[in-house]
Amino acid sequence: MGKVEIHTFDVDAVNSAANRQLYKSREPIYPKLAHGKFRKIKWALLFVTLGIYYVLPWIRWDRGPDSPNQAVLVDFTNGRFYFFNIEIWPDELYLLSGLLILSALVLFFVTSVFGRLWCGYSCPQTVWTDLFIAIERFVEGDRNKRMRLAQQKWNADKITKKIIKHSLWLLIAMATGGAWVLYFHDAPTILHHLFVGKAPATAYLFIGILTFTTYSLAGLMREQVCTYMCPWPRIQAAMTDSETFSIGYYFGRGEPRGKHKKNESWEGRGDCIDCKACVAVCPMGIDIREGDQLECINCGLCADACDDIMKKVGRPTGLIAYGAQYREGVKHDKRRLPNLLRGRTIFYGLLIIIVSTLMLVSLTGRSSVEVNVERNRAPAYTILSDGSVRNAVSVSILNKHNQPTDYRLTVTGDEALQIQAVGHQFEGNQLLLTVDGGDLQRIRIFFTLPKQKWADIQARDLAVEVTNVETGESVIRELTMVGKS
Amino acid sequence: MSEESKKEIDEVTGVETVGHEWDGIKELNNPLPRWWLNIMYFLILVSVIYWVLMPAWPGRHDVTHGLRNYSERVEVTKQVEAMQNARAEKAQRLLQAASLEEIENDPELFEFASALGKITFADNCAMCHGSGGQGAIGYPNLNDDVWLWGGKIEDIRYTIAHGIRSGDPKSRNSLMPAYGKAGILQKNQINDLVNYVRSLSGMDVDEEAAARAAPLFKAQCSVCHGVDGTGNRMFGAPNLTDEEWLFGGDEESIRYTITNARNAVMPNWNGRFDDATITSLAVYVHTLGGGE
Repeated sequence: MGKVEIHTFDVDAVNSAANRQLYKSREPIYPKLAHGKFRKIKWALLFVTLGIYYVLPWIRWDRGPDSPNQAVLVDFTNGRFYFFNIEIWPDELYLLSGLLILSALVLFFVTSVFGRLWCGYSCPQTVWTDLFIAIERFVEGDRNKRMRLAQQKWNADKITKKIIKHSLWLLIAMATGGAWVLYFHDAPTILHHLFVGKAPATAYLFIGILTFTTYSLAGLMREQVCTYMCPWPRIQAAMTDSETFSIGYYFGRGEPRGKHKKNESWEGRGDCIDCKACVAVCPMGIDIREGDQLECINCGLCADACDDIMKKVGRPTGLIAYGAQYREGVKHDKRRLPNLLRGRTIFYGLLIIIVSTLMLVSLTGRSSVEVNVERNRAPAYTILSDGSVRNAVSVSILNKHNQPTDYRLTVTGDEALQIQAVGHQFEGNQLLLTVDGGDLQRIRIFFTLPKQKWADIQARDLAVEVTNVETGESVIRELTMVGKS
Repeated sequence: MSEESKKEIDEVTGVETVGHEWDGIKELNNPLPRWWLNIMYFLILVSVIYWVLMPAWPGRHDVTHGLRNYSERVEVTKQVEAMQNARAEKAQRLLQAASLEEIENDPELFEFASALGKITFADNCAMCHGSGGQGAIGYPNLNDDVWLWGGKIEDIRYTIAHGIRSGDPKSRNSLMPAYGKAGILQKNQINDLVNYVRSLSGMDVDEEAAARAAPLFKAQCSVCHGVDGTGNRMFGAPNLTDEEWLFGGDEESIRYTITNARNAVMPNWNGRFDDATITSLAVYVHTLGGGE
């Protein structure tokens, strides 16, 4: 092997519980670049998640001439949400609530099995912070250079570097806000309008807000968002247990820790050489060797850093690794794999199955026509001069197709029942109607029952059926006439 | 200097007092936080700017108008004008429409007339005729098929525009005499008439009394109500043979009607609404269900 240099880092875990104080001003963290499999996964996920975020609004999806051709679009003006072949109307917003409930349950499930994978790999706060740190590293250099730069007096070099860094941050922050707006408008049009100043004021406002939040949250506040502002680290404590697959330090193997000179025996001591590489790479400023902590986002960078060192000193990797939680004072012989079938994982799993089944049923069972039969209330009934009883109702037909559709309205009731509609002519008990695409048509209909028929209670029952002439899809609404008893 | 030297420091808190004392309690001179005071100064500045820009101070005859010369009354007038301009085209089309069919067959126009009619009805007519035109004792139900003065759209429009016994020169007018009060008929005659009138719509009556009143009805009532009692729309005389009783069909109510007469009044609305609004009201009332 020849010369292997093991660098020991002069680093304090600034957010370690021992250093915790209320009202303490933030101590800057200069995370060192880690190399290894988890870092690679993080880079890959960074590209995938940011890629989805920036590219998704540009994907086109043909829905015919009357609808927007953007695959994912929240159209507030017309009250529509488009997601590929799914189109959601305002009255179906429960589907979005369902989706949020499902997302929350999946998050609970993943957290109870794998710990805070969401925090470590796919939370926007983590992803953008990672990106901003990468830019900082690109402009100012890695940990030591950055620390030196921070200590250094303000000179041309420092000013240039800071200006470049903050400009790049601001550009990305603006792109973040800009891409957000694309989800609410036709992407190519709004992009053009943004540059020529024709976009609506809300678009500029939201770009402004998101530029500010991205810049300050990912650039300036970073780990403080997770530690102080986010409720999830608190909630996740209720999701995880000793079987949760999360990052941890293998106490049994590492302790007692201490400096190790080359060719010294490993007998009677732990594998941890106290080089603090794990602390130096940590973006949260903690020491994983103190056990599972609220600040830990489970990102695995400390495992990468430690594996690197272990290879160099010729010991097996995995001193810091994902596994069922390691506890101080418990001597595990080897890395412990978690037991997946536990009460909480089964519970969350079942809930996910139930909720997604319900959602699937309601999503596929959606009707393309919405029918409401509303009774007139003042007066609830009218007695005509010959003593016959009349009820007035408003029938509303909402056509959820994007093109005009023909509907047949059929009233079934007693044969003595007379049917009239304002502005329309019933043929027998049927009425043909054309409703424009996406339109609501309201018709006032009168049902009249002759005086002598009124005594027959069964004659008072009737049904209104609205049938799509082309597809045969139909909706039935039943009602009973009211009047003097 | 001598004032200052008198300043007293409170022993317990170490804070200077303002020098006032009530029943042995001394007020401490704790100043407001600086930022708070600064906000107050800033707001004072804002109020001065406001006086310059906006109407603020009352004068003897007028108020200061401010540089922006803003007036809520002018704003509202503008908005009303804008609304009327926006309606003008449809209102014009509505007035030119020859018949109700023409309005009903033009969905846009029908929607406009119904909507305008509906809000106008709710604001002006509902207090007597009810929110859905259901009427009340003495106030006709507009949903049924009984029309004292006619239920065609032109008839309804005329009634709304000119009213009933409203004082408008073209008002619908008629006057039923107060037979009892004016001493035209005696109590027993009125009692007989009540039985006769009730018999017309097939209610249980004293047959003898009703028979006694038949010639009386012919002499006194048939001029307006018709020989068979089916009424006459020319005089707004109700049909006495149907099931509808505007002021009640029980003996007491009918006796009161014959003795004192009712002669209800509906105001004329032509002074208050423009022609398009009155037409819209007529369309709305017609579509309530009773229109002919």
